[in-house]
This record gives sequence, structure tokens and C-alpha cells, in this order.
Amino acid sequence: MSPAMPRVRVVAPGAMPERPFPDAAREALDDSQMRRNLGHATTTIRDKRAKVVAELPDWEQLRDAGAAIKDRALLSLDEQLERLEETVTAAGGTVHWARDGGEANEIVTGLVKDSGADEVVKVKSIATDEIGLNEALEAAGIGAVETDLAELIIQLAGDVPSHILVPAIHLNRAEIRDVFARELGAEDLTDDPSALAEVARRHLRRKFLEARVGVSGANFAVAETGTVCVVESEGNGRMCTTLPEVLITVMGIEKVLASFRHLEVMLALLPRSSTGERMNPYTSLWTGVTEGDGPREFHLVLLDNGRTQALADTTGLQALRCIRCSACLNVCPVYSRTGGHSYGSVYPGPIGAILTPQLVGVENASSLPYASSLCGACYEVCPVKIDIPSVLVDLRRQVVDEQRSRPGVRAKVDPERRAMEGLARAFSSRRGYETLQRAGRLAQRPLVRGRDRIGALPGPLAGWTAARDLPLMPDQTFREWWRSRR
Amino acid sequence: MRVALFIACFNDTLFPATGRATVALLERLGHEVDFPEEQTCCGQLHFNTGYARDAVPLVRRMVDAFDGADVVVCPSASCTGMVRDHYRGLAELAGDAGLARAVDELVPRVYELTELLTGELGLEDVGAHYPHRVTYHPTCHGLRGLGLGDAPLRLLRAVGGIDLVELPDATECCGFGGTFAVKNADTSIAMLASKVKAVLDTGAEVVTAADNSCLMQIGGALSRQRTGVRAVHMAEILASTEQEQAA
Repeated sequence: MSPAMPRVRVVAPGAMPERPFPDAAREALDDSQMRRNLGHATTTIRDKRAKVVAELPDWEQLRDAGAAIKDRALLSLDEQLERLEETVTAAGGTVHWARDGGEANEIVTGLVKDSGADEVVKVKSIATDEIGLNEALEAAGIGAVETDLAELIIQLAGDVPSHILVPAIHLNRAEIRDVFARELGAEDLTDDPSALAEVARRHLRRKFLEARVGVSGANFAVAETGTVCVVESEGNGRMCTTLPEVLITVMGIEKVLASFRHLEVMLALLPRSSTGERMNPYTSLWTGVTEGDGPREFHLVLLDNGRTQALADTTGLQALRCIRCSACLNVCPVYSRTGGHSYGSVYPGPIGAILTPQLVGVENASSLPYASSLCGACYEVCPVKIDIPSVLVDLRRQVVDEQRSRPGVRAKVDPERRAMEGLARAFSSRRGYETLQRAGRLAQRPLVRGRDRIGALPGPLAGWTAARDLPLMPDQTFREWWRSRR
Repeated sequence: MRVALFIACFNDTLFPATGRATVALLERLGHEVDFPEEQTCCGQLHFNTGYARDAVPLVRRMVDAFDGADVVVCPSASCTGMVRDHYRGLAELAGDAGLARAVDELVPRVYELTELLTGELGLEDVGAHYPHRVTYHPTCHGLRGLGLGDAPLRLLRAVGGIDLVELPDATECCGFGGTFAVKNADTSIAMLASKVKAVLDTGAEVVTAADNSCLMQIGGALSRQRTGVRAVHMAEILASTEQEQAA
């Protein structure tokens, strides 16, 4: 990039929340249709996952292996990526390095322009959503056609994905029918799933045959062999990776694995955790280019976009293990009620709550680490054992540390900060603690409703009493009773 | 056995009956209970809200307060989990090797109440009597944090006169989550609505758990909706006896 060119955005547009989670969630909670759709879909996938995971007696060992394989690659990331560049290049591919979304978009746009194409077919890829590739291509006069059925629905609806695996999970059949009827000119369409699929198939088949450039993401890439791996259910991805003359893969640098054998573990973990299947229907593996078979040109764009920064501590290291299975979303009691859009990022749910702040900076997503009750259901199902609750709590610490480091009075008079610091001070001596207990008993008097409870709290605590009573502090604390009995 | 009671500030202040019940139960079982009065708060509130640095002095305080106790028992799964799973990390955050050593000495001696009863003491029947229809909510910190498994249920099943009924979708979070309940009140209340419905569907008179924090959340809605269903800590059920019921 020449110094004269203005950098429009430093951080990823697709990963940057525009408003705080509680505000977005409040709105989403009112959407009863969305909650029904989501509740039904997540329960179904959750049960399927539990069933196929229970079939494997060594599931826990597989999880340990998955975590170890990812950690090994991440802890030697520089080495693995250089090795990957060597092996991909040796196999006839070209490797490009992109520091951020802007650079990656520029590289891809340039490659498409060089090919002379004005349209690309796309394999479902969150990395390209993260960097807003479709919008960048469009700005350059290049159409991007999503070919994953759910991504196509989202694209035609002008919507944004709300789930990592099932981007249109918030929509039901009737809503999808309306989108297809409107956008694909199929007015007499019913909401029968096979009819819906048929309309999409006819639309996409033409696009596959015309396309000269395919764009994909990657589930894994193997440094040892230069092999890139995409797993999918529909086969549309394989159309994109095999039919066009040029294939461009945009891959987050954390997707690299050291050795080909590591796929054995990852491909056992991913489909079971993701779709609840023993094996996904289509697994595509390709290594560079092959004369007379598939694309004649292969480009691998290695995307950083905040990842090396996240790698700086153990918290970030854990988040980068993620293989995008979305099991954590399906078990999350917060996600299943607020939906994915509340997270304001292409990475929703528990994993989004830890990944997004690390990609865009905690100061730009400070409400996300708090978007969890820390119930731990996510950690329990994570195939690479990301301790999401612990990472969330550490990110909360980073949020508070960052706010404290800000100059000026505003940070100092923040009511939460003052309350927390005041409590910590009081709790650091027995006298302070006991004084506070007595003061609390006096302070609650004006709030008492009826005989034995508080019905309305003031200020920031009012959220509690919106639907919950609060018990009164009894006349005698436990310690007062203890002393009285001596 | 001489047992030091780690009450948890929440119980001390808002739910002293749980503390009295814990003392009564352990004494009935023939153990001697100590209450180190220098204890205040374990720091969970601060730690979970992002104020980890403010929790460090509280860790020091706890470690000192229970120095020399052979066995420490706590009628709160989440506060037990705080000590067991996070004290070490806080000592490291503070860069205090001495504190880290002290934490390592303390942690293996700290037990959640039902853990102590079924594990160390090898009990299931604690001689309790509680003639009520009861449903049990396994709290997230007890279930997934401490891995209590069915220990609390085994204790409850052995209670005389109890009519224990299964809670549907029991393992799902009640939506409390500490400051989450206030910071994300709407989401917390939506989660709570499902839990309350599940409790009411059982027809139980009492919902019980190993954490008063979750019980305050569930009980808060049960009270607001005037359901007549009470939220009662496990310790209070296990401390109840036939004589007491008759009195």
C-alpha cells in the first residue's frame, strides 16, 4: 500500500460492534419469532451433537489432542506459516501476506481484476465476512455470489449472519420463501424445503458454470504439505474450488496445522461438534495446482487482522484455537435468547464474546466480555477445550484496566468503579466489612416493600428489581449470631 | 473433625440461616465448628466483574484468616470455586510468589459443604427430615465448576419424608451470573423465566441448591410472581430434623 493511499478502516468492519450488547440484546429479546426459530434450531443441533459425541469413548482424549495440536501450531506460528508458504509455493500456488482486512481485500480485488472476471463465486467463509470482502469487491465493480445455501439467503435478504455454522438460523422457512420469491423471481414458491433448495440450485448452477474465479476460506491448512482443507455439507463449496480457473483462499493465520496427520484428530472433532454428524458430507483437500485438474491458478492469502496481537498472551492463544464449530453457540443460554446479531460481529455467541474483543481491541467491544453468566456450558462442549469463562473474566480485567488507564475525571467517577473500589476497601478489614453490614441494614429501610422484601432498587441496580424481589438483610448477620452464642 | 467455616459474605449478610444450619448440621454429626472472624469476602464479585487487581488483597486476607485450619467448609459452590480455581491465578497476577505458595497450601483443604459430607465424611444419610416436595437446581459452579455430580442429590434422596422431584432442563443456567444479573438484566430475566417455569412445572413447594446467589435469583422471581414456592439452601434442608419439624 502506498503511503499516499488513505487507510479507510484499520479494524475489520465485520467484527466491530456498533453498540453495547445489553442494548442490542434488549431489542432482540422482544423478537419472539426469532427466539422460537433459534430455540428450535439450537436444541436440535445440540441434541444431535450430544448423541454422536457420546459414541466415542475417547472423546475427552480427542479434545486434549485437539487443543495440543492447535497450541503447537500457534506457539510456533511464524515457523509454520513460513513452511506453509514454501510448500504451497512448491506445489504451484502463490502465497500473499495481509496485515489487515484492508490489505487482504486489496490483494483479492487485484487478483480478480487481473483475471478479467467481474464476478466471483464464494465458499462460505467467515474470514471474508470479517474483512468485508464482498463490499470491497462490489466497490471495485466485482459481484460476489455466496453459494452456501444459508449464506445465499442472507445475501439475498440483505441480512447479516447470526450463527457461525447456520448463518440464517434466525429465519424460518416462510421467511426464506419470501426472500427467494422476491429476489429470485419465484412467486409461486411454497415453503417446502425441497422446493426452496431447488430454486437455489437452479440459480447457483448457472453461476458455478459461468464463474472464472472462486473465493474460499479454509478450515485448516497443513504446513508440512501445503494442503488446504474445507469441510462442508452441500457440495457447493467444492464447485467453487474445482470449476473456476482461479481459486483464491483467504485464511486467518491461526488455521495452520503443523502436520498432515493432525487432520485425523481435527476432522474427528469438527463435524461431531458442528453439525452433529460423524463425518461431514464433503471434505475437500487441495495442494497447490494440478495440471489438467481444477483451477490453473491458486492464491492463498494469509490474514493477520489482529491475530498476532491476540497471540501475545495465553488468553489470546486459547481463543485462536477455535475451529469455528459453533458448539458453544448451540449450548449457550445467552445466545439462544439474544440471537447472534446482538453480538454485533461476524463472530457471535460465547466464542465471539472472546474473539471479537481480541481482534478489534477490548476498548472497541468492551460490553462483549460481560455478555455471559459464566455458566460454563461452552467450555464443556468446546472440541479444543477453550476455557471460555476464564478467558471472558480475563478480558473483563483488561476492560477495567484499560478504562482505569484513561486520563481524565470521567473514568475516575464511574459509579461502578467507585462502588467496586469502595467495597474492596471495606472488605479489606474486618471492621470495614462489619460497618458496611450495619450500614446496609439501615440503608435498606426506605426500600422495604411489604414485610420482608425489597421491590425496587435505585439507579443501576434497578434492573434487578424489574422482575425480581430482593430479600431483606435480616436483623442479625451470621457473625452476630455466632458471637451471641459464645 | 474440627472444621473452619468459610461462610461467604453473601450468606453472612443476607442468608444467615444457611450459616446457622451449616453449624447445626456439622455439630449434629459430631464435628467441631470454628468461625474465623477475620474472614470477609473471597473476592469473587470483584474478580468476575473485571476488578481482579482489587481482589488480590482479599485473597491475602482469606489465606491469612484460614491459616492453620485443617479443613475449611463453605456452603457456596461458587465461592469454593473462586478459591479453588482462581486464587492461584490472582497470586500470579500480583506477582506474589509467597501468596501463591500460601494459596497452594490452602486450596486442597477447602471443600464445598456437600462435597465434604459425601467425600471426606463419606455420608449420604445425615439424619435429616424434611417432609416437603422439593426440586434441586444444580448450580453452574457446582455442576461444571466443582464437578459435584450427583453428590447433592444423593444427600437429598436420603432425607426422611422428602418428596424429591426432578427439575426439567436442570443443568441450564438460571441467569444469575453475579453482576450479569444487573448489567444484562433483560437477558438474565429471560433466562430466569425458563428456570421459573421449570420449577413451577414440577409442582414443588421448595427449590433448593448449593448456592444462595442462584437461589436469590430464582427466589426473587418466585416471590415477585407470588407463586408460594420457596427457595431454600441445601444446608437448611440437611439440618432439619424430625424433632424440629414437630416443634
